[in-house]
Amino acid sequence: MKRIIVCLKQAVDVTQLKIDPATRQLITASAPRKMSDFDKNALEEAVRLKEKNAGEVVTVTVASEEAKTVLREALAMGADKAYVMFEPSLQDVDTLGTAHILAAAARKIGEYDLVLCGESSLDSFSGLVGSRLGELLSLPQITSVRKLSIEGDAVVGERTLEDSIETVRARLPALVTVTREINQPRIPSLMMIMKASKKEIVTWTLTDLGVDKERLASKVEVVEVLAPKTERKRIRITGENAVEIAGKLAKALIQEGVVKR
Amino acid sequence: MSEGKGVWVFSENADLTLEMLGKGREIADKVGAELAAVVIGSNVADWANELVKYGADKVYLVDNAVFGRFQAEAYLGVLHNLIVNYKPETVLIGSTKNGKPLAARLATRLEVGCVPDCSRLGVDEKGRLVGERITYGGNAVAKLTFKTKPQIVTVPSRAFEKPQPKKRSGQVVKLDLKAEQAKSEVVETKPLETSNVRIEDAEVIVSCGRGLEKKEDRALLDELAGVLRGQVGCSRPLAEDRKWFSEWVGLSGHKVKPKLYIACGISGVIQHVAGIRDAKVVVAINKDEQAPIFEVADYRVVGNLYEILPALKEALKKQLQ
Repeated sequence: MKRIIVCLKQAVDVTQLKIDPATRQLITASAPRKMSDFDKNALEEAVRLKEKNAGEVVTVTVASEEAKTVLREALAMGADKAYVMFEPSLQDVDTLGTAHILAAAARKIGEYDLVLCGESSLDSFSGLVGSRLGELLSLPQITSVRKLSIEGDAVVGERTLEDSIETVRARLPALVTVTREINQPRIPSLMMIMKASKKEIVTWTLTDLGVDKERLASKVEVVEVLAPKTERKRIRITGENAVEIAGKLAKALIQEGVVKR
Repeated sequence: MSEGKGVWVFSENADLTLEMLGKGREIADKVGAELAAVVIGSNVADWANELVKYGADKVYLVDNAVFGRFQAEAYLGVLHNLIVNYKPETVLIGSTKNGKPLAARLATRLEVGCVPDCSRLGVDEKGRLVGERITYGGNAVAKLTFKTKPQIVTVPSRAFEKPQPKKRSGQVVKLDLKAEQAKSEVVETKPLETSNVRIEDAEVIVSCGRGLEKKEDRALLDELAGVLRGQVGCSRPLAEDRKWFSEWVGLSGHKVKPKLYIACGISGVIQHVAGIRDAKVVVAINKDEQAPIFEVADYRVVGNLYEILPALKEALKKQLQ
């Protein structure tokens, strides 16, 4: 292996997202961010492949704001070099635009054997960017991979489909998207964190990449993004003991007509 | 019917194809377009004819031994070729593990937008196609529309009703297309051990979370589900961390819409809640009064599931007699 490129997103930590109850708008601006979960699995897998087959692991991140924490974490986990495509104007970029930037970065980085991505991102959860990137780079791809190995000039991935498990072989260079089942990402030791501070973070702008901004214009329009309305009754069922509670609950469910005789 | 207005559906999954034909018919009628299905496979002519009964005005049939099984690059080449030639305005693709990457690559080859996993889909008062999808880990529902055409959406299983077959007429267009050369191949396929019954179809689901102490204790849920003629489900930690189940309910697992969902010992993280959004009645049983599941439940029981479940089973047996 010469080089593995891992795409990392700095995602909104959805477990810490706040919602304005009056407007049902999400307060994303102040929400904490972190490395997207699936991407962390992709990075872990890349580092494991490097440990087995040698080579270099580099990460690529598209960011409209500071992403240093994520990049430092990636380096501490074992990446050799982190690239960040930083441009504050990138806020209205959709999955195609993101893929265009990643593709330009991959081309500029140079030769690679494998591009690894998470199956989806933690926040937008579209699951499109990996495949879009594969198409732009004309790479064969294996998606939703839960087991991965390199065999000669090919990558072999095991993926879970709706009713079967499939093993796919793709010629290198290839693109692979991984699920969370594939591994348990390591927690970097203090030593690894210290070592990481000496590793290089490279920042590129769209001009550096030679990407035409026009081409990045979003192809979809967001009509609205709102917290779902929860219209639940929230009736508390109380009683002296389990039998009394169960009796009341059973009665309520029968009255609702959701229990068949 | 003029070119460039068609609504198309494609999935390698039969049920999903029919579900999308139902929704596709509705969209096509609203915008005054023709509804077409694309069928790619080997010996699939009968299936193509069948689709007319489910609402297709036209079926583009690509029947060739080389397409006998789903092959990402080959199917992509065929769909791309057809779209460039016939210029549909809207394309619905089944959001399966194979279908979604196919849609993503197709949209990229065409340089257009794609809205994945639309749990709702419709045409708004301005005549725009609007897809609704869950995002931010279940914290929000996003409504999206398109700036480019064709508009490509992916549709998950069971999001829409399968239409009733009717006697109607339509045209099957046979096409002779070659397979694009592939750089990847499927080397092995093993069936996945899943229950024959799909949890998306269940009318009643009794589901457990981390409050379940031992794997064997699922017997408690099985017994209650037996009385209710329902199925047993679980939240993600029980499947992914403890490996007690192979599948789970939630945003990253199965999105369900039963009449009754009983969440036992499930804390109710937002990703789980997103998977039960369409349940008619939600019951939450949890020891922890502060558990977020109570915020999204119709009936709240603060208590020990090990006491409540057996009692509930007995109470239901008695009252249902």
